[in-house]
Parts: sequence; structure tokens; C-alpha cells
Amino acid sequence: MGKTLSEKVWDEHVVRSAAGEPDLLFIDLHLLHEVTSPQAFDGLRLANRVVRRPDLILATEDHNVPTLDWDKPIADPVSRTQVETLRKNAADFGVRLHPLGDIEQGIVHVVGPQLGLTQPGMTIVCGDSHTSTHGAFGAIAFGIGTSEVEHVLATQTLTQARPKTMAVTVNGSLPEGVTAKDLVLTLIAHTGTGGGQGYIVEYRGQAIEELSMEGRMTVCNMSIEWGAKAGMIAPDQTTFDYIEGKPEAPKGADWDAAVAHWKTLRTDEDAVFDDEIVLDASTMTPFVTWGTNPGQGAPLGASVPSPDDFDEPNDKVATEKALQYMGLEAGTPLREVKVDTVFVGSCTNGRIEDLRLAASILEGRHVAADTRLLVVPGSVRVRLQAEAEGLDKVFIAAGAEWRGAGCSMCLGMNPDQLAPGERSASTSNRNFEGRQGKGGRTHLVSVPVAAATAVRGTLSSPADLAPLGG
Amino acid sequence: MDKFTTHTGVGVPLRRSNVDTDQIIPAVYLKRVTRTGFEDGLFAAWRNDPDFVLNHRTYATGSVLVAGPDFGTGSSREHAVWALQNYGFKVVISSRFADIFRGNSGKAGLVAAQVDEKVVQRLWDWLDDHPGGEITVDLESRTVRAGAGEDAIEDSFDIDDYTRWRLLEGLDDIGITLGHDGDIAAFEASRPSWKPVTL
Ligand code: SF4
Repeated sequence: MGKTLSEKVWDEHVVRSAAGEPDLLFIDLHLLHEVTSPQAFDGLRLANRVVRRPDLILATEDHNVPTLDWDKPIADPVSRTQVETLRKNAADFGVRLHPLGDIEQGIVHVVGPQLGLTQPGMTIVCGDSHTSTHGAFGAIAFGIGTSEVEHVLATQTLTQARPKTMAVTVNGSLPEGVTAKDLVLTLIAHTGTGGGQGYIVEYRGQAIEELSMEGRMTVCNMSIEWGAKAGMIAPDQTTFDYIEGKPEAPKGADWDAAVAHWKTLRTDEDAVFDDEIVLDASTMTPFVTWGTNPGQGAPLGASVPSPDDFDEPNDKVATEKALQYMGLEAGTPLREVKVDTVFVGSCTNGRIEDLRLAASILEGRHVAADTRLLVVPGSVRVRLQAEAEGLDKVFIAAGAEWRGAGCSMCLGMNPDQLAPGERSASTSNRNFEGRQGKGGRTHLVSVPVAAATAVRGTLSSPADLAPLGG
Repeated sequence: MDKFTTHTGVGVPLRRSNVDTDQIIPAVYLKRVTRTGFEDGLFAAWRNDPDFVLNHRTYATGSVLVAGPDFGTGSSREHAVWALQNYGFKVVISSRFADIFRGNSGKAGLVAAQVDEKVVQRLWDWLDDHPGGEITVDLESRTVRAGAGEDAIEDSFDIDDYTRWRLLEGLDDIGITLGHDGDIAAFEASRPSWKPVTL
């Protein structure tokens, strides 16, 4: 019997396997950031252990960093301690770090791919659940806890039970104006937040193949939001073209050898998945969340659901609690929901393609009177590229705030937070209670919906905007 | 890590599903660089509510959390496990755990006992009838027990063999892996030369 993509990559990394024990997997790339690493380095010191392979580690500062005044010392002393701790650990253990102010600084999941360090067939881990982003290149990439970070630092391996495999096949093409984000939000509403539990998922089918690398990263990024261990997409010419010429990509004969190997990373015809979900992209529409988990979503054209729409008692209660927290009335058309703040950014939608798309909608338009729009590039490189293309001017002319790179309002660890009761439309990945600030209310949306919402002040898609006067 | 064989303690009913790790401990509490002191952030948003279960004196010494399905979803933060442990919890019982949370629990020594959804419901009902009642979690036999007589509950729970063995023995995962150093070195020697390095 043939193998699936994930089985091939998994098998290539097994250092040791024994009956009744999880496999010992070799890790090709370990990404670090300031929040989930300090206790791991501490553990090493306490046990007198060393970092086994500093040459397979990359660290950036992203979760805590300010997106204003980033050239000054961090004002919040606790955030500063965390960042300074990472700097000290990186220096002590010989780890490559791109600190605030460095041209390669940014959200760890934006930086890896743009450096060309994220490549097909690798195993990639990070103390961050959205490590699944890197699966867009055909890598097995997943988030780990701090004890596991310590384990990888000390051994460059992880003990892992082999997950089950699932195919998510998305047939047809996405309609004009419907994005990878809408696709993945539709999927999560279909499966619920636990539907992928225990699986490595392979996204496949025409709609997936037609996505750019940025779009594929958006889809894989949100794998964790429906519980999957990891999400992957088989590498193809789109993948190779994206990687070629990146600073850390293989060169010359190495490039040829690498591509020859990467081309073998496809699920065999006769391979069998443990489970499969089939979706039709051609019927998808702009999709937004109304609740407090990413599975509580609906088409933008729909209305806020009522607890009575659900059969399961757990779903009824969850809906009731969500509506109360979100301050929404069942039956309200989603298009009438008024939004205070729009956030464009994060490792889900903070790449250059996302900013281009947002700018194309905002060009010649203005943000609604009592709405604020925050545009936060995913990395310094993305910021510089956007500025080279003049996108920053479009944002500023439209009345948006143009910021420095980082996680920012995605999780509100830095000063970019929602006030209690404030409502956002956000291109990030989590709408949990308080995620963007205590009492804040988050609607997850695509980039075009975010841009159109900023202009109209209520949840909207570009189709709702008045045409620009000629 | 301390050995875990069996634990008996006050059961705390958390009647919610989809308790993500942002609820267990919000991001603003993650700024410490130690493994201790996270108890103040545990369920921070809900603790303002005087009716929240942890604010009842009955549950002040609670150590066995009984939660709804999909516990620990979302962020990979191990701080969620530390916050529960720092507060005094030894065991979380749920019908479904998020993968990363379960992994983190196993590494840090918190027992994540997966039971049938009906068992969670029965434990909740039993705790309603016996507020402050104790639940016993026996890792050796993989059973949860509560009460005696008519309405006593005894059922099995799931935890993978390897994690159970490590918890019973109190073994450090890194130490075990370093014992396989030869295998790791052999694997490293066989990696293709075009694989990327950061230095
Ligand atoms: S942008 Fe948000 S989801 Fe992504 S790494 Fe940062 S905090 Fe996590």
C-alpha cells in the first residue's frame, strides 16, 4: 500500500521506534520566540545541559513587541524582561536571533518562510500553535509546549505518537473575491473546533492547488483552530517558485537535489487516509465568525444564529454564552453588526499579498468616521516591501494606522488591545473571549472583508462598497 | 518529576465546553520567565464573577477539575498547565482534550484523564448533590471513583500507555531520550547536505 504525504515525511524523520512507545522524531528546524522559551532555557541550565544543534534554531521577537516606537526600549517592564531574557539565552547558548530593530525581525511564522528556511519535507516545531503555517510547504509543522521546547533544545528530537491521517479535499475553484481565509473558516464551521483532533491533515484538490503560497499558509495556519495536529499541502511548482532564490534556499546542485526529492513528496495513488472531508469551493462566500471560537461562523450574508438553531445541548449553551459575550441579538443580519476596530495583520493574514489586497480595496476610499483601522505587517521585510510599493501611503490616506511588525492585536500582549466591549473585525485566527484585550469582541474575517468593513463601519464585503467615482 | 500513582481530592465542576487556553490563562499573564506564580491568572476573566465555581468556598481546596469537552484548545502555552498546577490541581477530567494540552500535561505531570462524556455528566450531577465531595483518580488501574453506596461512581479513563508509565515512574523525558544519543547521532550523519541550517 502506498503512503500519504505526511507518512512519507514522518518516516523520513524517525530516529527510533519501538513497540508500545511513541516514535522519536528528528526535528529539522526549531523556531523560538520570547514567550514560550524562557522556562525551557532555565530547565537546561538547572540540569547542566547544552543545546544540541544551535545551527537548527532560529529565534525572533514577536509576541510582546510594540508596533509603535519600536526603536525605543520597550516601555512595559515585564514585556521588556521577557525580550531581554530571550536575548540573553540566545547569546549564552549560541542561537541566531533577529531582535526588534533587525531587518529580519517579525512574526516567527512569517520570517521562516520569507528566509527560505521553511522547505518541503521538513519537520518544524515552535512553542506556538500556529506553527502549522509552515505545513503549506509540505512540511510536518506543529506547535509544542515549553517542556517540549526544552526537549528539542537538548536533543533535537521529540517523542511523538504517530497521528492519524485525514484528507480535506476542496474541489472546484473559489469564486472571485472569496479567499483562502473564507475557505478555512467555512471548513472550521463545518468540523467544529475539535474535528481535526489527532489528525495530520492534508489539504488537496483544485481549490488548494490554485492558491498562492500566501493563501496556502493562511489555510494551514488555521489547522489548529479545528484541532488538527498539523496541516500540510503537497509541494508543487508554486512552492518551488516561492522558495527559489530566498536567502536560505538551497543553491546550485543542492537546489536540484532538493527539488528532485521534494517532487517525491506527494500522496501515492493507492494510499489510504483514515478519514476524508470533501468540500466544494465554488459555493463558498465571504465568511465571518459571530461567536467566541473559530467554529462559530456563518456566511456574511446570513444572520446571527439563535441557540434554538442547534440540536446538541452543549452547542445551545455555547451559543447562548457566545451571543451574550459578543453582545449580539439572534436574527441580526451580520452585515448590520457595527465594528469599532479593524485589524489587518497576524501570521494568518499579515503577508505582502494580504497588504496588497487590502490596499487595492482602500485605494481612493476612507475609513468610516468612528472606526479605527490598524494595519500591522507580519515582518520588517513585509513592511519595507509594502513601503517600497507605496501601500503605506494608501493606508495612511485612507485614515488607517500603519504600524511596525509583530503579533500586535492578534493576542494583545503588547499595547495594541481592544477595550472592554469594543468590537473588532480581525484578519487573525482566534476570537476567544478576551483574546484581543479583556472584554473585547472579535469577528474573524478575510482581508477583503476587513478592508470593506473599515470603510462601511459594519461587517461588509467589497461588493457592498459604492463604486469609486470615475 | 514527582511520581503519580493515585490522587484523592475535592472535585470542581467546570460546566463549560471548549475551554481554550486563552480562558485558562489570558496572554497578559504569560510574561513571567519562571514556571511558578501563574495561579493568579487561572481563569482570570471568570474569577471576577462571584458565582464562578472557584469563588465558592466549597471548592477552595479543589484539586480535580471536571470539565466539558474540548478542554485546552487553542494556544500551545504550557502556562495553562502550570496555572492549573500552581493553583493546586493534580488532575483534569474531560471527555476530550486538545492534543497540545494533553501533551503538555503529560510532560509537566498534570494527569489529563479522558472519560466518556456520560461520566463527566454523572460526576457533575454527583458534585451537585455532594458539593465539596472528593474524587479519586487511580493512575495504576486507570479508574475514577467518587462516593459510596447507591450513587457511587466508578469508571475507567484513558491515558496513553507511555505517558502513564512515565507519570507512574516520575521519569524525565529528556533523560530518557539522551539515553538514545547513539541513534540520534547516526540519524544526523545520514541527513542530506542540502537541508537548511541557521548558522
Ligand atoms: S500573530 Fe497571533 S497567532 Fe500568530 S504567532 Fe503571533 S500571536 Fe500567535
